[in-house]
Amino acid sequence: MTLVSDFHRSTLTQLAAGLRARRFSSVELVSAFLERIEASQRALNAFISVTREQALAAARIADRALEAGTGGPLTGVPIAHKDIFCTQGVRTTCGSRMLDNFVSPYDATVVAKLKAAGAVMLGKTNMDEFAMGSSNETSYYGPVRNPWDPQLVPGGSSGGSAAAVAARLVPGATATDTGGSIRQPAALCGITGMKPTYGRVSRYGMIAFASSLDQGGVLTASAADAALMLREMAGFDANDSTSVEREVPDYLATLEQPIAGLKIGLLREFFDTGLERENERCVREALKVFEGLGAQLTEVSLPHLPLSVPVYYVVAPAECSSNLARYDGVRFGYRCENPRDVNDMYRRTRGEGFGAEVKRRIMTGTYVLSAGYYDAYYLKAQRVRALINEDFIRAFDSVDVLIGPTTPTPAFAIGAKTADPITMYLNDIYTIGANLAGLPAISVPCGFVQQLPVGLQVVGPHFSEARVLNAAHAFQRATDWHTRVPRGYA
Amino acid sequence: MTLTREQIASIAALARLELTASEFPVYQESLSRIIDFVGALDACDTTDVVPMAHPLAGLAQRLRLDAVTEEDHHEQYQPNAPLTAAGLYLVPKVIE
Repeated sequence: MTLVSDFHRSTLTQLAAGLRARRFSSVELVSAFLERIEASQRALNAFISVTREQALAAARIADRALEAGTGGPLTGVPIAHKDIFCTQGVRTTCGSRMLDNFVSPYDATVVAKLKAAGAVMLGKTNMDEFAMGSSNETSYYGPVRNPWDPQLVPGGSSGGSAAAVAARLVPGATATDTGGSIRQPAALCGITGMKPTYGRVSRYGMIAFASSLDQGGVLTASAADAALMLREMAGFDANDSTSVEREVPDYLATLEQPIAGLKIGLLREFFDTGLERENERCVREALKVFEGLGAQLTEVSLPHLPLSVPVYYVVAPAECSSNLARYDGVRFGYRCENPRDVNDMYRRTRGEGFGAEVKRRIMTGTYVLSAGYYDAYYLKAQRVRALINEDFIRAFDSVDVLIGPTTPTPAFAIGAKTADPITMYLNDIYTIGANLAGLPAISVPCGFVQQLPVGLQVVGPHFSEARVLNAAHAFQRATDWHTRVPRGYA
Repeated sequence: MTLTREQIASIAALARLELTASEFPVYQESLSRIIDFVGALDACDTTDVVPMAHPLAGLAQRLRLDAVTEEDHHEQYQPNAPLTAAGLYLVPKVIE
């Protein structure tokens, strides 16, 4: 890749400040990042759509606002949206053949809010189809490659957003997390990924997968950047019935607070199950950093947590089978050719429009919700979910945050886990708990194993985003793992 | 547990999914494994536990006035439809 500028060496926070100080223009910035996106597309496949013309037009408008002194906190800052967020007038595919030709007639609330804050969208990032996957291999548009090693997966489902931020193709990107889809790719790509509390960020215009678990968030190079972006995305939205009417604190205001006295719980179950030794070493080293900053470590146990993956693989498919019933070939999206009758149209449209993993989850969900199985599977899973939630609440009686690994292993080879869905599902063993309980959680880089990044996860009580970001930022002030950039993209 | 080919056919019919002949054994195998995997939940004692439908269970569901808030947007929406005529969505004939 030819270097045309060094904008990509700055953080999102620095770029926003530089724009406000008029040290460079948004058009310069946007042009430089567009060039990086286009130059890396063949190697990484991180984007499904690049919106060059719209981005330059928005950058020109941003420059006028900056000149007039009427800019917002993100005016002129380039970002990318995961292709699960509806963008008015721009193709929104959700990584699926089903929506290959879908041009959204409206903006998701997250998109509208970031637009209102002045951010400039450069394109839509690749993802696992309908966000169902942990490796970005289920995308209709082909796998995304990990910038640290193109033979490896970037994680998923927000793999395109994660690879884009890791390769510094954009300083920040939106993402969504249903079972780990922000935190797991953040860990595998060596960046920062924040999933807020369920209900904190509007889901309006965010294509639904599992509605009791889905939550929008951010992928950035640092916790400080995540705080800046999240502050603009979060907040009540009357268009989302699960949006919570609660003020958004200024996450930046508390970022620099010292963390001496912070009570950290180490999840025993996280260290017991499948964690590779070298990953554990990185996480233990990170815990020493927290101790050095004055935090107190205690071990806690969440006895029902090992059941979180089986709970998830009942609840998420059940909700997905219901949500994806809307893809019927009638109002939008793919329709099969020459249907014989309306049932043939439904069946072939869905059989041809959905990929293998999406069909697997729809059928799993259909099975666990069907007559005679509902109590045994769905209701049972919801009961165990309640027990997992109680475990978390009890733990937060005695500690401020829980810390542990984000994933059991570093990034794995493309194709290595596609044959066995259960092996793939177990990637999310440490991340699913926060979705089941609706808790905010962040993954930050905490070391390397054989030149591959390792993630550390911080989970907090409901609506404690400020505390989680504060802890992550304190760690990043004491370490430099988050500043590492893959070779070829530095 | 092993799901039979008939069970897969019945699930696919309920889900309105046409499967090809080669997909049947794939889903028979993987769905059986997933159902076995989630069977681990059986061992957990959930007597008297109230099922948790979503994480905001403690919060009251927000209500709004029963008033029309949406305008007619069909002209904006229908360009995404596979087949329309005179402002209507067209599907294959349902009634003879």
